[in-house]
Amino acid sequence: MTGMYSEKVMEHFRKPKNMGKIEDADAVGTVGNPVCGDLMTIYIKIKDNKIHDIKFQTFGCAAAIATSSMITELAKGKTLDEALKITRDDVANELNGLPSIKMHCSNLAADALHKAIKNYLQKKEREK
Amino acid sequence: MKKIYLDHAATTPVDKKVVEAMLPYFYKHYGNASSLHSFGRKAHEALEESRKKVASLLNVKEKEIIFTAGGTESDNIAIKGIAYKNREKRYTKGPHIITSSIEHPAVLETCKHLEMQGYKIKYLPVDKHGIINIDELEKTISKNTFLITIMYANNEIGTIQPIKEIGQIARENNIIFHTDAVQAIGKTPIDPNKINVDLLSISSHKMYGPKGVGALYIREGLSIQPIIHGGGHERGIRSSTENIPGIVGLGKACELAKKRMEKDTKHIKKMRDKLIKNILEIEESYLNGHPQKRLINNAHFRFTGIEGESLLLSLDDKGIAASTGSACSSKKLQPSHVLIAIGLTPIEAHGSLRLSLGRENTQEEISYVTDVLPEIINRLRKISPLWKKQE
Repeated sequence: MTGMYSEKVMEHFRKPKNMGKIEDADAVGTVGNPVCGDLMTIYIKIKDNKIHDIKFQTFGCAAAIATSSMITELAKGKTLDEALKITRDDVANELNGLPSIKMHCSNLAADALHKAIKNYLQKKEREK
Repeated sequence: MKKIYLDHAATTPVDKKVVEAMLPYFYKHYGNASSLHSFGRKAHEALEESRKKVASLLNVKEKEIIFTAGGTESDNIAIKGIAYKNREKRYTKGPHIITSSIEHPAVLETCKHLEMQGYKIKYLPVDKHGIINIDELEKTISKNTFLITIMYANNEIGTIQPIKEIGQIARENNIIFHTDAVQAIGKTPIDPNKINVDLLSISSHKMYGPKGVGALYIREGLSIQPIIHGGGHERGIRSSTENIPGIVGLGKACELAKKRMEKDTKHIKKMRDKLIKNILEIEESYLNGHPQKRLINNAHFRFTGIEGESLLLSLDDKGIAASTGSACSSKKLQPSHVLIAIGLTPIEAHGSLRLSLGRENTQEEISYVTDVLPEIINRLRKISPLWKKQE
């Protein structure tokens, strides 16, 4: 089973980065499908239009956990515009690839990040 | 790192004695059992000797055993063989075949195939422990029902069906009864005559024999239509040159199973009970399947807030081999049909873990598993958005 995942995926699965919750997050993005068994939540903290802090919580397979961990690394310190440009493929490539069967169901981290950012932007809009 | 194998429901190691019995049949007694010369006769002798051993484990006649290429093939031959024999019944009101919703795919997919050909199939639901309702079975039977196929014990949750009662009902209604006993054989004494079973599938690699070989018990006098045609081997029911080394292996495995059953059962059940007791001490952990009516080597759990593939890979990192009903580890990306049938939600089904023990496991191994499992579950729960109790 391990054989289907790259070493990089296993690394992030075994020792995920930025795992947990941000209690006073500026925005939260949750995506996933309980039938497939992947649910993920991204918490972001914004400062000067940049992702100042980011954490995740994920219920799912090794691929789901590794992509969550990777997206937090990719997004940290980026401007919101830059972070919105991170794609699912970027995440998969940074992990040296994902098994094709996992590309759709478990590669949701970019979606969760985008959702969190959009929630943040909407909130800002309302506050104006 | 030491490795601990707790996936015996998937497959077992081949017993050394089985390997030793098989070896000469690769390089020394390699004849075709149909040949008349001494090489052929030697192979034929081994074939019949093995048949005797399989028959002896089941307490049936030798001529009631045919060899196949495995459990899946035995199920196919039994179910299609009886269905094709009753081909004309397709045009009557059903159900023609009654099965359960938690069968192995070897049975379920065969039934679906027959449905496409016009047979009407009833898939009986099961209760939360995975047991079919006998009253419902009786009510479902129609005058056109010709086959009941219900597994002896479930491959995932280990639940044992009331086979004797089902057999009794089948007999009273003059219906043929097939059971897939792949998981149960060798773990509990099975005598088809005592439980009114007409056809019974077994597989070698679940009982310390080699892969790629199995057997089908067919009650004397029962006629089935072959689905594999050719040179007329195995009474014309399963043509193909006999896999003599494999069959010798299965024979030896049956002999060992009979000899060791009592001792193995005691040893395995003791470890299994300890495993269940210790694991259920973990917060929000549950046992799936029936608390008593289950295979002696099966322990099946679910843990709130975590997903099975992650759990499996984490156990694998600690050298422990296990299995899960989570979609993430399957090719279909669907949660286990068995876990859904016993009423679990998809999320609950994803958090499942099957530990299936074998005769070579030790108490020390079980202690190691119950030592490392709580840390793993703790770690995965910390990552999970579904585990609310964050510190």
